[in-house]
Amino acid sequence: MSESNSLLVQAKGVRKSFGTHEVLKGIDFQVHKGEVSVIVGPSGSGKSTFLRAMNGLELIDAGSLIVDGEQVGYSLSDGRYREWGDGDWAKFRSRIGMVFQRFNLYAHFDALENVAASLIHVKKLSKAKARERAREQLDRVGLADHSHKRPHQLSGGQQQRVAIARALAMDPDLMLFDEPTSALDPELVDEVLETMKALAEGGMTMVVVTHEVGFAREVGDSLAFFDEGIVMEKDEPELLLKTENPRVRSFLDRVR
Amino acid sequence: MTRRTAPFIGPQGEELSIARRWHIRRWIVGAIALAAVLWFVSIFVFSDRIRWERVGEYLFYEHILNGVVATIWISLAATVLGLVLGVLFAIMKLAKNPVLKWIAEAYIWFFRGTPVLVQLIFWFNLALLLPYITLKIPFTSIGMRWDTNSLISGDTAAILGLGLNLSAYFAETVRAGIMAVDRGQTEAAKAGGMTSSQTMRIIVLPQALKIIIPPTANEFISMLKTTSLIVVVAGNDLMTNASNIYKQNNLVIELLIVCSIWYMFMTAIATYLQSLLEKRFGADRVRAIRGTSIGQRMLDAATGAIRLPVRNGGKGAR
Repeated sequence: MSESNSLLVQAKGVRKSFGTHEVLKGIDFQVHKGEVSVIVGPSGSGKSTFLRAMNGLELIDAGSLIVDGEQVGYSLSDGRYREWGDGDWAKFRSRIGMVFQRFNLYAHFDALENVAASLIHVKKLSKAKARERAREQLDRVGLADHSHKRPHQLSGGQQQRVAIARALAMDPDLMLFDEPTSALDPELVDEVLETMKALAEGGMTMVVVTHEVGFAREVGDSLAFFDEGIVMEKDEPELLLKTENPRVRSFLDRVR
Repeated sequence: MTRRTAPFIGPQGEELSIARRWHIRRWIVGAIALAAVLWFVSIFVFSDRIRWERVGEYLFYEHILNGVVATIWISLAATVLGLVLGVLFAIMKLAKNPVLKWIAEAYIWFFRGTPVLVQLIFWFNLALLLPYITLKIPFTSIGMRWDTNSLISGDTAAILGLGLNLSAYFAETVRAGIMAVDRGQTEAAKAGGMTSSQTMRIIVLPQALKIIIPPTANEFISMLKTTSLIVVVAGNDLMTNASNIYKQNNLVIELLIVCSIWYMFMTAIATYLQSLLEKRFGADRVRAIRGTSIGQRMLDAATGAIRLPVRNGGKGAR
C-alpha cells in the first residue's frame, strides 16, 4: 500500500452531543491518502457518528475536522470561518463516497439510474455518457446483468454492491463505509467484502466502520477501537488484535 | 370462511360425511334486515308523490347533461389547482426558511379554518374588494386591466374556492407523504453531492407522490360532490342546473334523484379509475421497496411531533 504523507482526514478534539448526551468526547484521528482505516467498537461508541461527521451528515460541536483539505462545513476567508451554503456542501460531498448500512438505494430508480443519478445531476454529464459510465461501474462490482432491476428485486448483497458502484462512479477521493455488511444475511456478507477488498487493493482511501475484524486483518492498514466517544486504541490491525486491554479484548472476542 | 371439503376418514378407511350447520339465526337476522331495507326503498319507489317518469325524462335533459360536464371539468380543474398548490405549500411548510414556513402555516390555517361555502361566496364577490384586476410592469404604463366582475364567473369562483380549499388539505397529505419517504434516501442523495432542491426534486418528491397519488383519487371523488356547493354562486354545474329547473317546476325530489344518480355514476367511474391508479402505483409495490408499511410511516410522520422524550437519545448506530 502506498504510504504517502498527505493526510486526507485529520481530526483533532472532535466533540458532538445529541441533546445532553455526548457521543463524541474528543476524537483525534488521521487517515493518510491510500490508507484503509477500519473502525470497530460497540454500538453507541460514536463510530458511526464520527464517520457521518466526515461528510457533514452530522455537524460537530467542537474541535477541528479537516477532510480532503477542507475544514468540514467552513471555509477560511479574511481570518474568519465562513459557514458553507447548500452548494458548498454539495460540491464537497461529491468528492466523498458514502456507503450506508441500509444501502439507501433510490427506491424509484433501477440499478443503472441509481448509479447515473449523481453523474447526470451533479457532474452534469450527458445522459448517454452517464449511463455508459454507470454501466462500467456496475460491471466493476459484477452486476452488469442487473442494471435494469429495481432495488427491491435485488438481494441485500447486490443492493450494497450497487451502492458501492454508485459512490465509486463519482470518482471520490475518499470512501466512507458505515457498517456496510451489518444489515446483510450472513451468506451475503462475503460478496460485499470481496468488492471492498478489491477496492482497497486498488489503492482507494477508505474509512470503514464495521464488525468484520477479518476484513481489517486482511486489507486494513489501521484498526481503531472506539468506546464511549473516544478512540481507545488505534494501531496496525495485527497489533491491535493482540492487545492486552481487557475492554478491547472482550469486545474483539465477541465479534470474532 | 371457507368450508372443509375433504371428508373425514373412519377407522376402517371409510369416508364419514359432515353434517352442515344451518346457521338459523343468520337467516333470521338477514331476512329482517332485508325487509327493513325493502320497506324503506319501497317508500320512494312506490310513492305516488314521486313522478318517476319525470326522473327518466330529466335524466338526459340537455341542461342536466351540460351540468354533468361542467361538474366534471370544475372538479378536475379545482383538483389540479389544489394538487399543484398543495405540493407548493407542503414544501414551504417543510422549508428551513421560517418566513416561508409561517406563510404556509397561515395559509393552511386560513383555508382549513374557514368553511368552503364562505370561501366560494368570497371569491364570487371579489369585485366588491377589487373592482379591477391590473397586471402591469412596475413604474411603467405597460400592462393589462380586467373588470373583476367579468373575470370571476360562477365557474372561476368555484374553481378558485374549491381548488384553494383543497390545496390546504392536500398540503398536509403531501407533507405526510414527503416525511414518509425514508430519511436514508435524503442522506444518500446528499452524500452523492446533490443540493437540497435537487434532493427534493429528483429523489424525495417522486417517491412521495407515489405514496400520495392513490389518496388523491379520494380527494377527487369528494370534490365531485363538493361542487354541488357551487349552487350558491350560480356556476353551471349539475346541482345548480338542477336547482334552476326545480325552482321553476317544483319537481324538487325528482331532480334531486336525477342529480344523485349522476353523482353516483360519476363516483362509480372515479372509483374504478382509482382502483386502476392503485394497481399502477400499488401500495404493495411501494411497501415491497421500503420494508415498513406506508400507513405506519404516514402515521409515524403525522404523529412525529408528539414523540415522547427518549432518555438515551443518540445511543446506537447514528
